[in-house]
Amino acid sequence: MDTMQVSTMCHHRPVTAYKTSIGMKLLMGITGFIFIGFVTGHMIGNLQVFLGAEKLNAYAHTLQSLGALLWVIRLSLLTFFAVHIFFAIKLYFQNRASRPVKYVKEVNVESTFSSRIMIWSGLAMFSFVVYHLMHFTLIITNPEYAVLKENLDVYSMMIVGFSNYWISAVYMVAMIFLALHVNHAVFSVFQTFGLTNAKWIPLLRRIGNIYALIILAGYLSMPVGVLLNIITLH
Amino acid sequence: MNLTLYVWRQKNADDKGRMEKYPAKNISSHMSFLEMLDVVNEDLIEQGVEPIAFDHDCREGICGMCSLVVNGRPHGPEKATTICQLHMRHFSDGDVIYIEPWRAKAFPVIKDLVVDRSAIDRIMAAGGFVSINTGGVPDANAIPISKTDADTAMDAAACIGCGACVAACKNASGMLFVAAKVSQFAHLPQGKVEASQRVRAMIDQMDIEGFGNCTNFQECEAACPKEISIKFIAKMNREYLKSSMAPTKG
Ligand code: FES
Repeated sequence: MDTMQVSTMCHHRPVTAYKTSIGMKLLMGITGFIFIGFVTGHMIGNLQVFLGAEKLNAYAHTLQSLGALLWVIRLSLLTFFAVHIFFAIKLYFQNRASRPVKYVKEVNVESTFSSRIMIWSGLAMFSFVVYHLMHFTLIITNPEYAVLKENLDVYSMMIVGFSNYWISAVYMVAMIFLALHVNHAVFSVFQTFGLTNAKWIPLLRRIGNIYALIILAGYLSMPVGVLLNIITLH
Repeated sequence: MNLTLYVWRQKNADDKGRMEKYPAKNISSHMSFLEMLDVVNEDLIEQGVEPIAFDHDCREGICGMCSLVVNGRPHGPEKATTICQLHMRHFSDGDVIYIEPWRAKAFPVIKDLVVDRSAIDRIMAAGGFVSINTGGVPDANAIPISKTDADTAMDAAACIGCGACVAACKNASGMLFVAAKVSQFAHLPQGKVEASQRVRAMIDQMDIEGFGNCTNFQECEAACPKEISIKFIAKMNREYLKSSMAPTKG
């Protein structure tokens, strides 16, 4: 007993919050919540493609006119993204280390598929975001968009982009991973912040499912709309 | 009935361990799972084989000592049942049953199916108590407690500290156990006094012991023989948030 490392309540020096398991969870939750907001806003903004070129391009102009504020938002999002990924990887390795010997018989009773693949759907999202930025923001993968980008013709960029089957396929697969990721994220955020009780736990799981479906339908509708010629250049 | 068992055998903490196959013959459906193992052990002793070591004490579902992962599920397939209370009538003739110990870095195997769960005691020693420094026993009912609080505290206090939540969690997290203890005290006026220090102390100890982090799989709740709800994890998260915002002394 005497070699044991025991902290007593009165002599206990609290560990810095972000180093504790709950502290890290809270950081994942806060940054994750911000991305739930971003993903929703980004979808609603881009769905204006169905309202025609003027609407969508006007929206792009409004965003661009934010000037310095746009950069503040971009850099904050990038920072939150880095924090979210850093702790996700750290937690993943900690959690793996917590069970050095695996079960011979491994079963899943209550856990959902999406909860079990969070790290993989997350890494898929990370790779997708890198590609997405190179594709539409930095114009690295398709330099031919440069003229459209200069005129802020987001509408044509989207249609030209999604007219390519390969590009559309990549976006659609990525959105499936996104839906799986947010499906668990919605319940998880509320649970982590302690905003649940016995009644709300199953309800929030349901809300997570519905939200994931909305996100999936919303984002898929754009490449599908282009491929089916519902949204066209002229 | 006759069964085939695959049982984890491990001489000591340093041994690598492996699954061994044993037949379980003439098992009555009235036996408990542990009684079935007793019968198998008698056979093994007769054959001169070292009997299977497993933990147990009360055999009536209240002490939290028994700890077997049966076919991948801590305490076996029945809801709200410890393995000592699981009867063989839930199995059928010819079944193949896998028996493994709790798997967690914080619960090292001592021998066969017996694991060292003193990490749980150290978490309790860190904050799972109410300090009473002086005075006599207070009068019963001197402190009014609402029925809802009393009931919720009682639900949390149903935890027998067996560690099935850790065994079931994909991350080997101890959150449900710690949450039950933190909540049990936080719902009562006697416990509220130290609620803030308690949640910090217990969580810090939990992290020191090498338990994993909670990612809200909810496997713990399904495995818990006392059906402790993960709503208590939410409660602990609230307590933790409150405590990190509370003014600190010194
Ligand atoms: S032996 Fe006491 S609970 Fe199972």
